[in-house]
Amino acid sequence: MPGLEDLYREIILDHHRNPRNRGELAPPASHAVGHNPLCGDEIDVYLEVTDGVVSDVKVGGQGCSISQSSASMMSQAVKGKPVEEVRAMVRRFKGMMSIPDEDGNPIEPDASVKLGDLEALQGVVKFPVRIKCATLAWNTLLQALEQS
Amino acid sequence: MTIAPLDVAAIKAQFPLLRRELNGAPLVYLDSANTSQKPQSVIDAMSTFMEQSYAPINRSAYQLAAEATDAYEGARAKVQRFINARRDREVVFTKNATESLNLVAHSWGRANLREGDVVVLTQMEHHANIVPWHMLVQEKGIQLRWVPLTADGQLDLSTLPQLLDGAKAFSFTAMSNVLGTITPVQQLCAAAHDAGAIAIVDGCQYVPHNVTDVQAWGADFLAFSSHKMVGPSGVGVLWGREALLDAMPPFLGGGNMIADVRFDGFTTAELPAKFEAGTPPIIEVVGLGAAIDFLDGIGMANIRAHEADMAAYAIATLTERFGDDIQLHGSSNTEVRGATFSFAFRDIHPHDLSQVLDQRNVCVRAGHHCAKPLMRLMGVNATARASFYLYNDEHDIDVLADALDGATDIFGF
Repeated sequence: MPGLEDLYREIILDHHRNPRNRGELAPPASHAVGHNPLCGDEIDVYLEVTDGVVSDVKVGGQGCSISQSSASMMSQAVKGKPVEEVRAMVRRFKGMMSIPDEDGNPIEPDASVKLGDLEALQGVVKFPVRIKCATLAWNTLLQALEQS
Repeated sequence: MTIAPLDVAAIKAQFPLLRRELNGAPLVYLDSANTSQKPQSVIDAMSTFMEQSYAPINRSAYQLAAEATDAYEGARAKVQRFINARRDREVVFTKNATESLNLVAHSWGRANLREGDVVVLTQMEHHANIVPWHMLVQEKGIQLRWVPLTADGQLDLSTLPQLLDGAKAFSFTAMSNVLGTITPVQQLCAAAHDAGAIAIVDGCQYVPHNVTDVQAWGADFLAFSSHKMVGPSGVGVLWGREALLDAMPPFLGGGNMIADVRFDGFTTAELPAKFEAGTPPIIEVVGLGAAIDFLDGIGMANIRAHEADMAAYAIATLTERFGDDIQLHGSSNTEVRGATFSFAFRDIHPHDLSQVLDQRNVCVRAGHHCAKPLMRLMGVNATARASFYLYNDEHDIDVLADALDGATDIFGF
């Protein structure tokens, strides 16, 4: 069995205890709600896109340390980035979580896309049940992007 | 009735999976409210049946088919005795308790409910006893009313007569899968009948752990699953009062459920075949029969007494060790609760908690337990749940407590 230290890295626990960009954004910012049907967790992503750039992002809802820290780190990573770059990050993150692309093929890591602190979530892959926790915020971000 | 203490070590030894070691240590299985493990006698009964007696039932003249039919119908007679049903034709085999409840909602509900009719549920129902009724709200415009809960997770019966006023059905759990609360089934059935409503009992959590007597209850329907009572998955039971079942239209159509089929229509078979369309889970039904033999051999009253003791020990141990850091949901009175505990621990999310407990081979459920309306009422998204059965003992609770200590080390709350 993989050790818990692979899962609960210090930076993950830090984002869990002190989540960044918590809160809401008023309309016309877009808002999407993601559900993890497995555990009942919910996550809210508020997104403001100005001239093709994610100018602001806020995260709400409740969840476990993995879903909350993933959301927190994601909010830091995407803020101020062009939408196309954000989409590339979602793809890269899903690839890191061993999630295949739309055609069922593995996503090859794109070295030009930097995930920074988010790399700490790599250990989640060893705990397949928790992959859904880590990706919940990212799928919700995609929904919010569709609406913006 | 004299209560005999369970010899848990001897019982545990009959469950091959509980002898399994994971990462060099024994398993501590605390998820029996989800699904139970299986004793060797059930495994053997199913294997032997497949090796020796397997054949179609109810439709062939040869000796082997008669033997298989006897085994299948023999299990029905065991279920009848186990729940004290009046006749074996009142016992219908389904896929699971969910299908049993859907059968009642779709067949009885479609035939007997109209727009504006009221069905009463409680706020602690499992989705299986909510969604089929929501579907009738959408389809027929029936109305739902909800029996509220007290602060310690029991039914608040103070407004029950008003809620039942004019109702056609009262469908409720005999034991909550989240709170462990055992409801006063006999009293609830009587209240339903006083109001002219039928009483539908979800016995999924109750029947595996307690003496069940549908006649003493005065119930009209009872749904439960084999897999939670040391039997195999894939088979459930619907018991219903004969007059009600006889008057109901069929649920699924197909082979076995008909007396005659013509180009211009069909005639249904007699009970219970009327509600058993297609080839049933024959092997699983035989397994359920063996599970009932196993449980009867130990005695349901003894199992209930053991679990009340386990519940008391769990409350005492966890409260003593963790004080306010642990919140056990539901009542602390073991007269009105079984040994199923949802809990919150030191602000650690249930998902994280179950992950940490898994390191010690402690298997608990984390999630909404298919009771999202109740979760919202409790103001949580999820809980961790430890549930105990006849093969658990005090040692398992001690291991759980030790493992909870380990969670504190990681999260540092």
